[in-house]
Amino acid sequence: MQENQPTETSLEDLKDIRRIMERSTRFISLSGLSGVAAGVCALIGAYAGYRVLDNYYGSYNSSGLFSGDDFSQLKIKMAVVGIITFIAAFISSYYLTWRKAKRQGLPVWDHTSKRLAWNMIVPLITGGAFILGMLRYDAWLFVAPACLVFYGLALVNASKYTLSDIRYLGYCEIVLGILNMMYPGYGLWFWAAGFGVLHIIYGTIMWMKYEK
Amino acid sequence: MKNPITGLNKVFESRIRLGVMSVLMVNEEINFNDLKQLLQVTDGNLATHLVNLEENGYIKVQKGFIGKKTNTTYMITRAGEKAFAEHIAALENMIKGVK
Repeated sequence: MQENQPTETSLEDLKDIRRIMERSTRFISLSGLSGVAAGVCALIGAYAGYRVLDNYYGSYNSSGLFSGDDFSQLKIKMAVVGIITFIAAFISSYYLTWRKAKRQGLPVWDHTSKRLAWNMIVPLITGGAFILGMLRYDAWLFVAPACLVFYGLALVNASKYTLSDIRYLGYCEIVLGILNMMYPGYGLWFWAAGFGVLHIIYGTIMWMKYEK
Repeated sequence: MKNPITGLNKVFESRIRLGVMSVLMVNEEINFNDLKQLLQVTDGNLATHLVNLEENGYIKVQKGFIGKKTNTTYMITRAGEKAFAEHIAALENMIKGVK
């Protein structure tokens, strides 16, 4: 084997080693369409949130009343919108990635995806707990920036375990979150830009690069 | 084991054994099924190569259970890491040598 074409087989071997190392450490079935789906869900969610807020301030302006009861209702409505948006985004993006893995003949739930999930979950749970803590002190203005920053950190962390391009999405989310920190009144807009628009842009680029 | 001229390790002449070592260099441990899936080989074929690597002292085997199912995991040994690194160096040298 080595006698015939030593350099060619050596090169083949090295390429093989590299490919297997990559494949065994990164979850490569993550679909770009998952990003697009999550982005669409986020935009719909943001619009629903916008309508809820609009209603709230609309009735406040017409009646001139501002009761604590209304405000606690608003909080519940916004939380429900948020949770539904998250669930819809999660299910649709999971489905699209599952479909891609199936087409590639790869398992969705192997050691690479488990590792990816774990490395996403740690910063996300931390962020979730942090935000719940902030809400105890009514720091509503900073919910959107905190979501963006923690999500961005989760993505940067996860980029070591999946397609590395996701790192750039993470950087963008972090920058948006920090900008939102300086203009805290526009949380919903920043939130829609980060979770909606950026996801759609990223997902489209990934889809064109790896799946088209 | 080593070819005196090229420095290549005979054990790693097999694509499957080379694959197993590549996986174990970058994963602390991996179980039989994940390995089978990654390398796209049959049970029997993979088992034979794993025994060979174990006999050479390049990998460690750990048998455990998940519920009632057996779960065998594999890890690389120090000797395995060293042998693999030398093999890669030899491969690189062969490429450079001709340039």
